[in-house]
Amino acid sequence: MDDPLVIAGREFGSRLIMGTGGAANLSVLERALVASGTELTTVAMRRLDSSGGGVLDLLGRLGVTALPNTAGCRTAAEAVLTARLAREALGTDWVKLEVVADDQTLLPDPVELLDAAEKLVDDGFVVLPYTSDDPVLALRLEQLGCAAVMPLGSPIGTGLGIRNPHNIELIVSRASVPVILDAGVGTASDAALAMELGCSAVLLATAVTRAQDPERMAAAMRAGVEAGRLARLAGRIPKRFWAHASSPAMG
Amino acid sequence: MKAKVNGLERELADGSTVATVLALLDAPASGVAVALDGEVVPRAAWGTTSVPEGSAVEVLTAVQGG
Repeated sequence: MDDPLVIAGREFGSRLIMGTGGAANLSVLERALVASGTELTTVAMRRLDSSGGGVLDLLGRLGVTALPNTAGCRTAAEAVLTARLAREALGTDWVKLEVVADDQTLLPDPVELLDAAEKLVDDGFVVLPYTSDDPVLALRLEQLGCAAVMPLGSPIGTGLGIRNPHNIELIVSRASVPVILDAGVGTASDAALAMELGCSAVLLATAVTRAQDPERMAAAMRAGVEAGRLARLAGRIPKRFWAHASSPAMG
Repeated sequence: MKAKVNGLERELADGSTVATVLALLDAPASGVAVALDGEVVPRAAWGTTSVPEGSAVEVLTAVQGG
């Protein structure tokens, strides 16, 4: 791998992490996942019933690693129990930690998040916390031992893009673990911007699964992430107020 | 005896274990996890962990999400 994403010592060739929520059916999801080129994809933990199965089989068949999340948890205690159940069910100690405050915003509850992160790190988990775009909180999560920090661009499912690019840059500038832009991506330029700001990866679901053509949008996101990463590594020109001729002025 | 299984009250035979409950739910052999009264029951202990009267059993699996 030329430029791998490294999380907790594990390398990934793709910098696009997908979610599986919102897809109309498993066949649409399969085509989107393949087009995205993702190697790591989230799943949720829910009560067993007759419907909704099959996603683990699909990921296994595609060779995509399942990353369980704690979506729906409101307290640290709920999130810790869900993570432990996911570890038991899926045989992984990786967890996308989500502790949200309310249904309207789905914004992270920072107090519960820190509490849950600390308990899970102590319990040996590789913790990838979904957090607000607060540079102070991101640093605290890293100091607790989280393997990455995953700030939102804007609230889950809104497609509003990155509302505070400067905060994302601040988080990136001080982080020594990967920063993964998680939530709010609406279209490919948002994913490219996240990478241009210095994020190590992008995590998204809704923008692909609820697009009119999920497979094509997945390909767009893949290209956006790759373009943004290349641009970041290439080093953009400084922004100028006045024009600067690109053709010779003399001769 | 009665116990709550995934939020629904069920009538279980006396001496039921976690494994009994999983069989009742027709749970798949892999990809599931069980909590008994808020504590994870490891797979190796399913056959030997009895489900007490009035307890709450949660059986979870992975679904599309996130």
